[in-house]
Amino acid sequence: MRDKILRMLERNSRIDLKDLAVMLGSDEVTVANEIAQMEKENIICGYHTMINWENTSQEKVIALIEVRVTPQRGMGFDKLAERIYQYEEVETVYLMSGGYDFTVILDGKTLREVSQFVSDKLSTLESVLSTSTHFVLKKYKEHGTVLARKTKDERMLVTP
Amino acid sequence: MRNFLSDKCVGLKPSGIRKFFDVVSEMPDAISLGVGEPDFDTPWHIREEGIYSLERGRTFYTSNAGLKELKVEVCRYLKRRCGLTYDADRDVMITVGGSEAIDMALRAMLNPGDEVLIPQPSYVSYEPCCLLADGVPVIIELKEEDQFRLKPEQLLAAITERTKILVLPFPNNPTGGIMERADLEAIAKVLIEKDIFVLSDEIYSELTYGQEHVSIASLPGMKERTIVINGFSKAYAMTGWRLGYAAGPSEIIKQMIKIHQYAIMCAPTTSQYAAVEAMRNGDEDVARMREAYDGRRRYLLHAMEEMKLECFEPKGAFYIFPNIRRFGMSSEEFANRLLQEEKVAVVPGTAFGDCGEGFIRISYAYSLEDLKEAISRVARFVGRLDQRGAAC
Repeated sequence: MRDKILRMLERNSRIDLKDLAVMLGSDEVTVANEIAQMEKENIICGYHTMINWENTSQEKVIALIEVRVTPQRGMGFDKLAERIYQYEEVETVYLMSGGYDFTVILDGKTLREVSQFVSDKLSTLESVLSTSTHFVLKKYKEHGTVLARKTKDERMLVTP
Repeated sequence: MRNFLSDKCVGLKPSGIRKFFDVVSEMPDAISLGVGEPDFDTPWHIREEGIYSLERGRTFYTSNAGLKELKVEVCRYLKRRCGLTYDADRDVMITVGGSEAIDMALRAMLNPGDEVLIPQPSYVSYEPCCLLADGVPVIIELKEEDQFRLKPEQLLAAITERTKILVLPFPNNPTGGIMERADLEAIAKVLIEKDIFVLSDEIYSELTYGQEHVSIASLPGMKERTIVINGFSKAYAMTGWRLGYAAGPSEIIKQMIKIHQYAIMCAPTTSQYAAVEAMRNGDEDVARMREAYDGRRRYLLHAMEEMKLECFEPKGAFYIFPNIRRFGMSSEEFANRLLQEEKVAVVPGTAFGDCGEGFIRISYAYSLEDLKEAISRVARFVGRLDQRGAAC
């Protein structure tokens, strides 16, 4: 039940509760309770809107920064990550395996904002050894959704 | 000039769907609930395998019966899903869709005057294929009160000494009806007693809701008197690839391959390579699509209930088949008016046999958003009809 709810919500968080209940063969109260419980358990952490900013007049710069750090005594990766993710402009932080430690994704308004963040805030943190910043040129697909294409039903209207 | 046409062909009724398609085509802004194919694209890994086979220059014929690799996969699949054991070299052939397999099987088995039992409402091609093979179609009317299942009494009543084949179209298009094990056992008993062969069209076998599909061939004593027909169109959303298969007794498959080799040569090679991938790595895709269909099925049934359209609960395929008798008009009239007044296309039940009168077929091979819009229009239409009915 939970898995099914999550799969549906992951695709469309705005799905009508009534429709969701009908489609799962359950009732509204049960589904609502289940969702509330999952919110409480931090399984469902939020409901966001997927925006293709390219189609708006907003200028946005998205940067992916690889960060290498040396964790210090009393300050493991989690603590370090916290110092980074507390910044407003930081969209995403992942701890990575391999050649570097954190992936930090930055959602800035301008190139200058991004570079200021990296030079003034990120690289001045004591534990940060190095950073490598990559700018996103174009988003094709996000959260399982292809952004560029608007799909059109090309099937024949009536078939046996 | 002489008349160059074959009387047999001219005598065939044009498909009722075709007729309705022409009407709908006049209305480009209509929204349709009329398609008989999945709304999903073929999963990418399967498409990619097709592309790769083209890149590799695999643009040759395959052997008449089909790619060995694919036949082996088909046998593995039938073993895994239905518990059926077939020999890839002798008992299986790859066809151009399930529809070719239907045609080939009937042509390979019928002598002039042999009777073929065809339960209806059902897919449009059994009757014409039977006629083209000089068989005599004998229609058995499936009943809503029997959940559109075939009953042994009906079967028994339709059998004569000329009866040779029973077509068993389950899960059923257009009703969504299925046959459970107990239903099949009752039918199998009659078939064995009367020595009748079965053409089991199981093209929707992966799309059942709440219980697994059972193939009649898996029942004791039935494998030797059954041709199982299946394909990739519905399960893997591969309609345009035109690929199906038949499995059954080797002496029949052998004759089918003979016709196939002269008429078709072989099924499309690109599709066959893609299908190998589908069978090897496609189970999750099938499960994902099934879950989506099931949700929509429930949604539609609920919507029917809300607009008080009586509707049998389908357990298979991707159609619902609501009963519209209470409006006192024919299926065709209902479908035409719905199209004219609300621009929604559904298929009149009569397209699937005369006994489809009083029903319409609604497909749920659409996204939930599309279904919602279409259904709100149907509800408006039905509401209007009811109001008028109440007024007079």
